[in-house]
Order: sequence, then structure tokens, then C-alpha cells
Amino acid sequence: MSDTHRAILAVWRIEQPRLITSLARMLRDVPLAEDLTQESLLAALEHWPATGIPEKPGAWLMATAKRKALDHLRRGKMLMRKHALVAHELEQHEQTAPDLDSALDDDIGDEMLRLIFTACHPRLPRESRAALALRMICGLTTAEIARAFLLPEPTIAQRITRAKRTLSESGLGYETPRGPELSQRLSSVLEVVYLIFNEGYSAARGDELLRHELCDEALRMGRALTAVAPHEPEAHGLLALMELNASRAAARTDAAGDPILLADQDRMLWDQLQIRRGLQALARADELGGMAGFYVLQAAIIACHARAASFAETNWPHIASLYGHLMTLSPSPVIELNRAVAVGMAEGAGAALTIVDRLTQEPALKRYYLLFSVRGDLLQRLGRMEEARADFLAAAQLTANRRERDLLERRALRCITPAGTAATGG
Amino acid sequence: MRVMYLVKSNHPGPPSPELGEAIQKLTAREVKAGRLLDQGGLMPISMGAEIRITDGKLNLIDGPFVEAKEVVGGFAVFELRDKEEAIAMATEFMQLHRDLMPGWYGTCEIRFFATPPHSPAQHL
Repeated sequence: MSDTHRAILAVWRIEQPRLITSLARMLRDVPLAEDLTQESLLAALEHWPATGIPEKPGAWLMATAKRKALDHLRRGKMLMRKHALVAHELEQHEQTAPDLDSALDDDIGDEMLRLIFTACHPRLPRESRAALALRMICGLTTAEIARAFLLPEPTIAQRITRAKRTLSESGLGYETPRGPELSQRLSSVLEVVYLIFNEGYSAARGDELLRHELCDEALRMGRALTAVAPHEPEAHGLLALMELNASRAAARTDAAGDPILLADQDRMLWDQLQIRRGLQALARADELGGMAGFYVLQAAIIACHARAASFAETNWPHIASLYGHLMTLSPSPVIELNRAVAVGMAEGAGAALTIVDRLTQEPALKRYYLLFSVRGDLLQRLGRMEEARADFLAAAQLTANRRERDLLERRALRCITPAGTAATGG
Repeated sequence: MRVMYLVKSNHPGPPSPELGEAIQKLTAREVKAGRLLDQGGLMPISMGAEIRITDGKLNLIDGPFVEAKEVVGGFAVFELRDKEEAIAMATEFMQLHRDLMPGWYGTCEIRFFATPPHSPAQHL
């Protein structure tokens, strides 16, 4: 990609949310608006290398996009179907030349909400929702989405095309859920945003730097969502969860890229701006009465870590009780395992081992490396070194991540001599 | 990447109402797009102070300031994808000044945070 190409793409991306939302309002069809917004990028890529980037690139792109939308409407079919809605707007557009100075006047809030809910429609498969969201909300190209998800470009292109067709054909391309319906539909949006975040956050393979950018995109969507749906506690909860998790990014690996456990992380490297934003979002969820929500509870747990000046000062009893609430809300052996870790810190390794031993019966955790890693840690702390070693080795065999495996093998090695082995938290 | 914009000028007086309004709209748009993290305007340097080290000594300078140089009047922190995006954003912001407050002059400095590169992540 040439410098000019990159500069044009950057300008287009800044304008993209406003372009697509304005077009969606004109056309009453989000997928079509997305097509024409892309076409305005192609037009810029065609013209600007020769003319230079115009003084008001946003106005240029908006005028171009709107012209394309008008052409489309004139071509007929749309006008037939939706003439009552668009005729008035069409007239207005034709009477007034595009006013370049009022380019900032469109309030994108409502349309943004519609855009997000359309891209994440529960009718679409989860993977398609993720691809469509990155494309329509974040303005990523198909190639970029493919690289981030480690999939061939045609696969992503096909997902996007199919998803857009599904939306258009089922008449779901332009609707805004309101009131109780909004809260109901929200979960399918939050699920997608969190999926994108985790794809980057727990990157176990591929280009790690690029994949981390998925976290940034998810954060951007989370912030946008709380700005346009400010009364939804779970939206604030998810944003808090992502901001607080991302705040530790710089502390989670050493120079060689090996993982650093929470207990050993240099807390000076935690991003304080991000922590502040995370805690603010959590406080907002609390004000809205949402402390019992799925994402809010998880954010509250991470907030305990963010607030603790050191690992030793962490409020483990509170974390254990929050995991208890989470278990009631959404029972899962993985959450129970996390609760066991917190209980282990709050009450001691013995109490935690009782929980973990119960979990070894769970079919879902039979091959879950963290179960063995946690159990090894507890046994080590109880001085049962032989058993601890066996569990660390079992965990090492089960993880697909090379660095994780190295770490577990090192821990297994340290379990050989029972005497004088320092116990460390997991 | 995280970017800080420092808007510097020694142009006297506050922004024109038109410019103020346009900046507010831009701010609202950027909050809704999830890109703007923090921003603020600063009171004139005459209301602040400086601690300066000269010849190895600490000096408090508490006005009067005879300012010939540009001083920081406001800042904003954004999370953006690349340098091109950072430049495009600042260009749009400065173009607003040019359009809505003729005669204004100044600089928008684009600075990237010196945070460590993003690292891969592990659970627990």
C-alpha cells in the first residue's frame, strides 16, 4: 500500500461512521449504505492521487456518497418501494447543493445505534456478526479482517456478502430496537464485541501485534455503544471489563514474549488512563442498578485487581463472593474454577482444592489445561509436590500455546524437591 | 496507538462561538465513534505559573508572562489506528479553525504515547 493510499484510507475511516449513518438514513437500508460508502472510498482512491487530498475531504466524501445514493434512488426500484419516505428527502437534496460547512451537523447517535444493532443482528451467525461489525462499524477492509482472524480473504468476503444479503432479503436492514426490545437485542451485540475483544486478548497464535488491534477495535465499539445507548448497564459493564483487562496489556508478558502471572506483574505498567475509564464505566453501570449483570460482575472482579496496590493487598474474599454471584447467574465449570482460585487466596489452598477436586469430574474440563494448572498450584502450596508435578505436566500437555507450555514445564521442574520450595500464587 | 494532540498558539482571546460550536460537534462525533478518550482546554498561562531550572537553581515564575512563543491552550487524547489517521484527524481539526476563526494562527502538535508495544496475552 502506498503512502497516498494509506493517507486516503485514514481520512475515509475517520469519516466512515458519519458517511454510512447518513446514507443509511437516506436509503433506509444499512447494508446498501455500506456498499455505497465503500464506493465513495473507491472514488477517492481514483481521484485523490492525481488531485491531492481536498481541503475538506469529509465534505467531498459525503457529497460523493450522497450523489451515489441519489443515483441509486433514481434508478427506481427503491423509489417504488419506499417512495413516500424518500421522495421528500430526495427533493430537499436536489434543491440544495451540498452545504460543505454543515458537514458536522448530522447527529449520528441514533443512526449509529441502528448500525450497531443491524451488524450484530441475532438472525446472523456469530462469526458473520463479528466480520460485519468490523466492516460496518470500524471500517476495516475485508483483507484486514481476514488477517486478524487468520482466515482466507474469500472466506470473510463470503461471510460479509451472505450476511448483508440475509439482512436485506429479510427486511432487517433498517430497524432500530427501542425500549425493552433494545435491552433484549443488546446481548447479541455485546456477545459479538466481546468475541472480537477476546480474539485479540487471548491471541494464542498468529501475528500477535495485529491481533491485539482487535482489542482496540472492540474497545472502540464498546465506547461507541455506551455513547449511543447510555442507559444500558451491561454495555457499560462490558466496556469496563474490556478497558480493565486491556489496561494490563503491557505487563502481561516479558521482553521475550513469555507470559507473566498476575501475581508477578509490574503494576506500574498498568495503564492508569484505561483503569480510570474502566472504573468510571463500572460506576455508571452501578448507578444504573446493573451490578448483578453478567459483564458487570466480571468487570467488578477485574476492578478488584485494578484497585489493589499489590497482589497481596487484593480483596480476595470479595472476588470469591463475586464469582459466587456469577455462578448463580450463569453456572459454568470455568467460572467455578475461577472461584476456586479466589477461595484459595481468601481461605487457603485446602478449601480451594475441595472445589477443584469436585470439578475434575466435569466432562467439560477433562482436557482443560487451566484445571490442572490450578490444581498443581494448590497442591504445591500444600506441599504435595509429586502430585503437583504430575498436574503441571498434564497441563503442559494440554495447552496449545508454546509459551504457556514452557511456563508449566518450568513449574513442574520446581516441584521436584519438596523442601524449601517457595509457593507462588497462580 | 494512543495519540496526544497539543494545540499551541499565542493568538489572544478565546475561540469564536462558531469555532467553539464546531469543536463541540467534532468532540461529540468522536466520542460516539469511540476514538476520543480525553480532552480539555487550559486557562491562559497568565493564570498559571512555571517552575524553571536555570543555572542549577529552581525558579518560580508566577507572571507576568510576556509571551512571544506559542503556549499550549488545549489537549486531546485519542486512540487511533496509525499515523495517517492521526494526521487526518488533526488536519480536520485545524481546518475548522481556518474556516471558522479567520486570522487565528497556531500549531497542532501530534505526539504518540511512549507506551510499550502491545503484547500478546494470557489468562489468569
